[in-house]
Amino acid sequence: MRSAEETRDTTLAEESWESPQTPETGGPSSGARKGSLLASKLVRYLTMPLILAAVCVGLYLWVGSLELDSIEQRSLNREVITEKVIRHLEITAVATLVVVLLAVTAGVILTRPVMRKVAPYIAAVASTGQGVPAIGVLVLSAILLDQFGFKAAVAALVIYAFLPVLRNTMVGIRQVDPSVIESGRGMGMTKTAVLFQIELPLAVPIMLAGIRTALIIVVGTATLATFINAGGMGDIINTGIKTSREPILITGSLLTAVLALGIDYLAGIAEDVLKPRGL
Amino acid sequence: MTDGMRERDNGHRETMIRLENLSKTFPGQHEPAVDDLTMEIYAGEIVVLVGPSGCGKTTTMKMINRIIEPTGGRIYIEGEDVTTADPDKLRRRIGYVIQQIGLFPHMTIADNIATVPRMLGWDKKRISDRIDELLETVHISKSYRDRYPKQLSGGQRQRIGVARAMAADPPIMLMDEPFGAVDPITRERLQDEFIRLQQDIQKTIVFVTHDIDEAIKMGDRIAILREQSKIAQYDTPERILTDPADEYVEDFIGSGASLKRLSLSRVQDIQTSDWPVAGLNDSHDGVRDKMQRSGKEYVLLLDDQRKPKRWVSMADIEHNGIPLSEAGWPAVAIVEGRSSLYDTLDTMITSYKGSAIVVDDAGRYQGVVDFDAVLQAIESMRPAQHRDGRAVPEGA
Repeated sequence: MRSAEETRDTTLAEESWESPQTPETGGPSSGARKGSLLASKLVRYLTMPLILAAVCVGLYLWVGSLELDSIEQRSLNREVITEKVIRHLEITAVATLVVVLLAVTAGVILTRPVMRKVAPYIAAVASTGQGVPAIGVLVLSAILLDQFGFKAAVAALVIYAFLPVLRNTMVGIRQVDPSVIESGRGMGMTKTAVLFQIELPLAVPIMLAGIRTALIIVVGTATLATFINAGGMGDIINTGIKTSREPILITGSLLTAVLALGIDYLAGIAEDVLKPRGL
Repeated sequence: MTDGMRERDNGHRETMIRLENLSKTFPGQHEPAVDDLTMEIYAGEIVVLVGPSGCGKTTTMKMINRIIEPTGGRIYIEGEDVTTADPDKLRRRIGYVIQQIGLFPHMTIADNIATVPRMLGWDKKRISDRIDELLETVHISKSYRDRYPKQLSGGQRQRIGVARAMAADPPIMLMDEPFGAVDPITRERLQDEFIRLQQDIQKTIVFVTHDIDEAIKMGDRIAILREQSKIAQYDTPERILTDPADEYVEDFIGSGASLKRLSLSRVQDIQTSDWPVAGLNDSHDGVRDKMQRSGKEYVLLLDDQRKPKRWVSMADIEHNGIPLSEAGWPAVAIVEGRSSLYDTLDTMITSYKGSAIVVDDAGRYQGVVDFDAVLQAIESMRPAQHRDGRAVPEGA
């Protein structure tokens, strides 16, 4: 009793990481097909790290070939760069974590049936964060918190990256087939059980896409944190601009780009791994 | 069909579900969707709620497990008032199958089936055994345990939906157009399978459909509903077809009620006519004698296993030279005793003799039915004097 749909689904499955199975036998697909699948997966997973590594090596060799003056030496050394990269990653990680916690919670609350009437208004307020230029949000945040530095940067980035996570959480939960929820409730699952066992797992792929977007926004925008004294890669770039030293500017910009692409790459892998099976 | 002219003795049966003055008015609407419905459903029967779209049949069904909360009236299950009971606990006692099935796409078949047993706290071994048992029941290979729903065909998904609803062996199952989303051939097969299954499991089933033919096929009793879930007639399919309560029911049954009625009866339940039979090895004279004594124009010849082989007439026998095994013409138009009168009549019309030979499962001769026998059967289905067949909404 095979349908056309089933056949189509099997073909679709080839593109995903999950190995397709032939419905009649229940056995895994042929070894050759699996092998080529594995190969294409490897190519996909290895390309980006190789490119990024090549850029880093190239940058290292280029900077190494230059005669650096004292100003350049002060910025372009292992201690300073390591410190800035770690600082940048700290800001990114903390901001993203806070965004995920707050925006996912908000998304869940706003999709409850009780909130149906007020949800659009709250979502509208949440989207204003992205309407304001990033630098404005950063400075306002610092002024409102009455302190420059790490906390203000994180607060600003949270506001700035809130929307994609919130929106995707809401979309992700709303796209869950109502009949799946109804059958769960009809079997006697509590509302909480339906949320955690059905709605959220089924929303995960869309939520992850939103979190990945937020991560990219945060890692990029965090370069502006230098203007409220929060450090990060922005410090190197800013020094390069202010001192008109091209090697510093190029190193800062390229490393920021490598960092952003690297994080996006890791987020992509996380999406693949965390996506529920069977979808 | 389960047992031809299904005899029912509802008088002595225990009430499983009782709906009392049940009403539902959706917020923002003036007219109730379900208005003051009272009905009883007995243990072990399939009750089909049937009616046009928007008549409130689905709303009625969903109020039984309180997926939709009633705005008035009471619901009793096994005598217990569950109108205000904890709905989650209530639902774990009631199997629920919907048209879209609603399998959890991110869970394996086994996990889908295990949903209710897990909530009820069964141990792993028991759940696993139950999954195997259910897969067997719904004719799905155990190798499907770890598949995901999207790897299954529509019909297979529907079967898993039924298996999942039966997982914790609930006494009651609610089924909302459960076979509505599959193709007609699969639907027919699933219906037949389910009827066979029901003979074993004897659940109390509330079945919603808009298809009167499905209702007639599946239902032990059918409630034909009009607007606001008002009962137009609540009775056995036989009675509804032969004695519709009013014009609305007649219209809803549509044309061909008598023919539909025929599909409910089996040929083995009607009187076959006495037909002269002889063996293939009998002498020509013996066959001629039998024919003359019976006054019929043809004799049916059977082989050693009493399987019908040939029809012969007097003229065929007169040709003494031809052996009986080649005389006359082959016996066609053979139906099994389990066939419905509908199919039998169809066979008779296509056969050139206007009669059908009835055989048992092994193909052995049982008798012959002709148009007269079918007509008599139809006659006997008509209500004697429009006896008390009209359904009055119970408790009204």
